[in-house]
Amino acid sequence: MSEGLNFEGWSCPLPLRDHPNIVMGHGGGGKLSAELVEHLFLPAFADSGAVDMGDAALIAVGGAHLAFSTDSFVVRPLFFPGGNIGELAVNGTINDIAMRGAQPLVLSAGFILEEGLPLDQLAAIAHSMGVAARRAGVTLVAGDTKVVDRGHGDGVYINTSGFGIVPEGIDIGPTRAQPGDAIIVSGTIGDHGIAILSVREGLEFGATVESDTAPLNGLVADLLDETRNIHVLRDPTRGGVASALNEIARASQVGIVIDERNLPVQDAVRAACELLGMDPLYVANEGKLIAIAPASDAERLLARMRAHPLGRQAAIIGRVTADHPGLVAARTGIGGTRIVDMMVGEQLPRIC
Amino acid sequence: MKYLDEYRDPDLAQRLFAEIRRITTRPWAIMEVCGGQTHSIIRNGIDQLLPEAIELIHGPGCPVCVTPLEIIDKALAIASRPNVIFCSFGDMLRVPGSAKDLFRVKSEGGDVRVVYSPLDAVRLAQQHPDREVVFFGIGFETTAPANAMAVLQAHRLGLRNFSMLVSHVLVPPAISAIMESPTNRVQGFLAAGHVCSVMGTWQYRPLVERYHVPIVVTGFEPLDVLEGIRRVVLQLEAGRAELDNAYERAVRPEGNVAAQQVLSEVFEVTDRAWRGIGVIPQSGWRLRNAYRAYDAEARFAVGDIQTRESPICRSGEVLQGMLKPNQCPAFGKECTPRTPLGATMVSSEGACAAYYQYGRFIKAEEVGVAR
Repeated sequence: MSEGLNFEGWSCPLPLRDHPNIVMGHGGGGKLSAELVEHLFLPAFADSGAVDMGDAALIAVGGAHLAFSTDSFVVRPLFFPGGNIGELAVNGTINDIAMRGAQPLVLSAGFILEEGLPLDQLAAIAHSMGVAARRAGVTLVAGDTKVVDRGHGDGVYINTSGFGIVPEGIDIGPTRAQPGDAIIVSGTIGDHGIAILSVREGLEFGATVESDTAPLNGLVADLLDETRNIHVLRDPTRGGVASALNEIARASQVGIVIDERNLPVQDAVRAACELLGMDPLYVANEGKLIAIAPASDAERLLARMRAHPLGRQAAIIGRVTADHPGLVAARTGIGGTRIVDMMVGEQLPRIC
Repeated sequence: MKYLDEYRDPDLAQRLFAEIRRITTRPWAIMEVCGGQTHSIIRNGIDQLLPEAIELIHGPGCPVCVTPLEIIDKALAIASRPNVIFCSFGDMLRVPGSAKDLFRVKSEGGDVRVVYSPLDAVRLAQQHPDREVVFFGIGFETTAPANAMAVLQAHRLGLRNFSMLVSHVLVPPAISAIMESPTNRVQGFLAAGHVCSVMGTWQYRPLVERYHVPIVVTGFEPLDVLEGIRRVVLQLEAGRAELDNAYERAVRPEGNVAAQQVLSEVFEVTDRAWRGIGVIPQSGWRLRNAYRAYDAEARFAVGDIQTRESPICRSGEVLQGMLKPNQCPAFGKECTPRTPLGATMVSSEGACAAYYQYGRFIKAEEVGVAR
């Protein structure tokens, strides 16, 4: 299988040569994931035509633009505080489509089921997928089911794909951040990642943290109703807010400065991160978005966000600058400055 | 957040910075022993805001960084065995051995698991009586009591399939080694609060007297670190050398006596190699004879390991405070968190990783960081 790979031509001399096999970090949303896409998938796919690095691809059909996206969900455990893999799969693809300013219309769902999975669990997952789709106003129109031998999966893997139509005059994408823009986050960060960690590893942090999984298309519609002058929307899932901002800084060739004091973080999430030596900036979210828009529109957008149930704790967390293009910096709580870099792989709990 | 925000108050921090500036009349070189302190210093930008006359030197107190290559290679060899479940704290998984790391062993089929407590590994041994469960027991005096407790627990349960790869290290002998080095520049120490919360402060008094060097026990929050620096500078400026505890909310002079008893029941002091530094006499712990049955090195016969360090990695000098991370020619070029040459670039508490992660923005022009 490896004869089709040519490691020599890679621009970065070391990346995957260190890892001739896939390691967990390749799925972590950090540098390893990006390298896999850039160096393995893109060269292989380039001949087939459209390849888009954004969460959703834009496809011109007639006079309209479709935003098209696909995502796979492999979460353990299948049920967690605040949700389950089913609603996560529906909301995740809805959000990817919504981050291009499109209103999602239809979804497909592909299931890979492990032999032995209790049917009542699958029924509960399917039911919550239906509820999530109706809540977001999208229709599940196609599906597929495969079963693998016991021991070859974690119960259920779900892939969802879907598309929506981008309204006329909307141009939202990761390359459009401009110096002077404000950066707004729609609520507390890190909730989903800590919720999953707490149940998966049996850790208790004093208070139950629930996943924030939610469809963001309604919030996006409200924001676009307020102003169409939004440059970037992004749901900071794997890799968290830090990775999302790094990708935007690189794609737009701008610098980003955030103020750590303005980051909304639940106390329980902060405590869990302190305990584990993790940084909430890198922890996954499933129901939050980052909006980047001209500073002159920021207060209006913030007010509109806070009026929406999914944006009550929204905050302006920073700004886009022409300095240090491609880099994200943070003003620290005591007035210093630090770099907020991409994670290499996944965050690792520290030893002490 | 209660009990944390108090120690991150920006106004108090500014007052402490001003006070340190006021009392500093000449250059001083102060070492923060612990990697957690290094992390806090860089993450909060403390080093940028201190007066230039104060140089912070990053010490050897990162357990991941100082674990010798030989032990890492032994861990890799054991974890590669088909019948083994190898348990480790998360940040050991990316530490490079001679040829690979634990992540790679996992991708090649090794059963490597991240645990959050050594007792999780004991539980795994109970659940999998047909498998050998090995826990990677590294760290300073901070992690050692829980690891000792895991051995006792396995012993009480009569588990025959549990063992530990032990590479514990001790702080006071490292301070001695640094002070006795002919190239030493350190004039005062911030001792690690977590270590002292276990071991107490009494071990540091002989060091203060022998080397006439101020040692201030310090916590990890920004205000803790600043207060520690302030107290060291006060002593240095006055020509004093005393043991001082600036972390009284966590550290008692006698330490945690119950933890010390567990430690001395299970472990005994031994010579220990430190990665990048070499062997420091009486600077580590190993299992006592009574518990040698739980020694993974003996059980898996991994004595023949041949190690190979990167020839251009200078992490040993970084660990001894002789070189700043960004003064290493490989920093940010051949050596990054993505492609670490030494352990100091791997651990989140490693000095090189801390510089790379948080300090590049400030230092970028100086060091020509590869982006």
